[in-house]
Amino acid sequence: MDPVVPLPAAAPVRTRSGHYSFWRLLREGLRGQRGWRPAWVKAAPRPRYKVVIVGGGGHGLATAYYLAREFGITDVAVLEKGPIGLGNVGRNTTIVRSNYFQPPNIRFYEYSLRLWESFEQQLNFNAMVSQRGTLNLFHTEAQRDLFTRRANQMRLLGVDAEPVTREGVRALVPLVDLDNGRYPVLGGFLQPRGGTVRHDAVAWGYARGASERGVDIIEQCEVTGLRRADGRITGVETARGFIGADTVCLAVAGFSSRLAAMADVRLPIETHVLQAWVSEAIKPVLDVVLTYGAGHFYVSQSDKGGLVFGGAIDGYNTYAQRGTLPMAEEVAAAAVTLLPGLARLQVLRQWGGIMDMSMDGSPIISRTPVAGLVLNGGWCYGGFKAIPAGGMTTAHLIATGNPHPLAAHLGLERFAAGRTLDERGVGPFPYAH
Amino acid sequence: MLRIPCPFCGVRDEIEFRYRGDASVARPAAQADASEFFRYVYERANPLGWHAEWWLHVGGCRQLLRLERHTLTHEIRAVAVAAAAEPAR
Repeated sequence: MDPVVPLPAAAPVRTRSGHYSFWRLLREGLRGQRGWRPAWVKAAPRPRYKVVIVGGGGHGLATAYYLAREFGITDVAVLEKGPIGLGNVGRNTTIVRSNYFQPPNIRFYEYSLRLWESFEQQLNFNAMVSQRGTLNLFHTEAQRDLFTRRANQMRLLGVDAEPVTREGVRALVPLVDLDNGRYPVLGGFLQPRGGTVRHDAVAWGYARGASERGVDIIEQCEVTGLRRADGRITGVETARGFIGADTVCLAVAGFSSRLAAMADVRLPIETHVLQAWVSEAIKPVLDVVLTYGAGHFYVSQSDKGGLVFGGAIDGYNTYAQRGTLPMAEEVAAAAVTLLPGLARLQVLRQWGGIMDMSMDGSPIISRTPVAGLVLNGGWCYGGFKAIPAGGMTTAHLIATGNPHPLAAHLGLERFAAGRTLDERGVGPFPYAH
Repeated sequence: MLRIPCPFCGVRDEIEFRYRGDASVARPAAQADASEFFRYVYERANPLGWHAEWWLHVGGCRQLLRLERHTLTHEIRAVAVAAAAEPAR
């Protein structure tokens, strides 16, 4: 891929918590582990900041980090209503990939994947980035054509994608029932550089990097109102008092409509719940991220041994962070159709997180009708993989006032202008990703 | 599992129904300008609270129903047949 925007150079890391390395581990081990310091500082709010970011999840913390590191803007607060990292960034299936079809999506997510590849070196934080490959299976000839077209589109842009034959699928994932009676597997397509990332470490790593550069990370600070004067944002009302700001950025996917409504902005978003499941830990059986083509099901095996899997959203508007059983049944049915060997595996835990489902299945990184109010949202159920690129491009928008070239198509105005980015090609429904 | 009280079939499981989205948006007149169609097609109130919505009973009487359902508790407080609920256009 032509690097539309060059990757940022490595930044010198000098943190209060010290440089993390093998030698540090050895030294602390020999000294009774007494030298470790908290990775980031829990700040108290100051009366005013240049930039206030609402939401201490992946995108909010990444935005703060890149604002400080790339643009030298450190007068920044990240406000989080609970503790950081316990929203969707800590509650997802940890998959990263850039195997999209629409070129703007491929470029954006490929930029994100490249940032993932250097994440640990840049942040000096072990996020267990594992490029184990993502394998999408197909079950019909039409689907093969569709995937071939998608893989070709990726390769035209210099992104890795490889066709995999039936025998190749058998070799990669012996568990797959290639000849299952309903949907025999004809083959697949592999993105070798796709994989998984330890999600909690992403929040902690960005928090550490931002905090060290002077960003205030303020927990237990729910935003209850957005104050405006003359059509311009002036600050936020919070559980810990009013905080003034020149720019306010909302990074609260799931709750974007609620926060935007505080400034009388209506969004092309509905909130839906997505469930995920983790099985009991078993010996290694699956070393790629696998997706089923005849139903909505994706699965990977965590380093602890549990199978982490999910499906589609439950399908109706809800803010309830729990799922209902019909989707659990559908996902379980897909799982045992594809991988009958898992039929007796027990589910260890289940959770539901709420998603900004945008009306074209693509995210929104945009100015809003209120001057100084910036939105990072609409991630549907694909926000995790986009965290580095989302943070970088949102920081660019805040710092320069103009959209980043890789996110210029993600503005709110695209809906009214008829330039929606509809990856699935299904029209204005908030169900797709 | 939602249990939806269909006026024709009684209380039925949600899997018999297909969700058809927000029932509070109204299609503008054919001559309305593009901004009104934009609001109709794309913008949603997306409330945390009571939500008016269409459910099609595909696995039952095939009637389109208009529910008022709470988006946090999932309680259903009103069900009406679409033909009665929707103003004529």
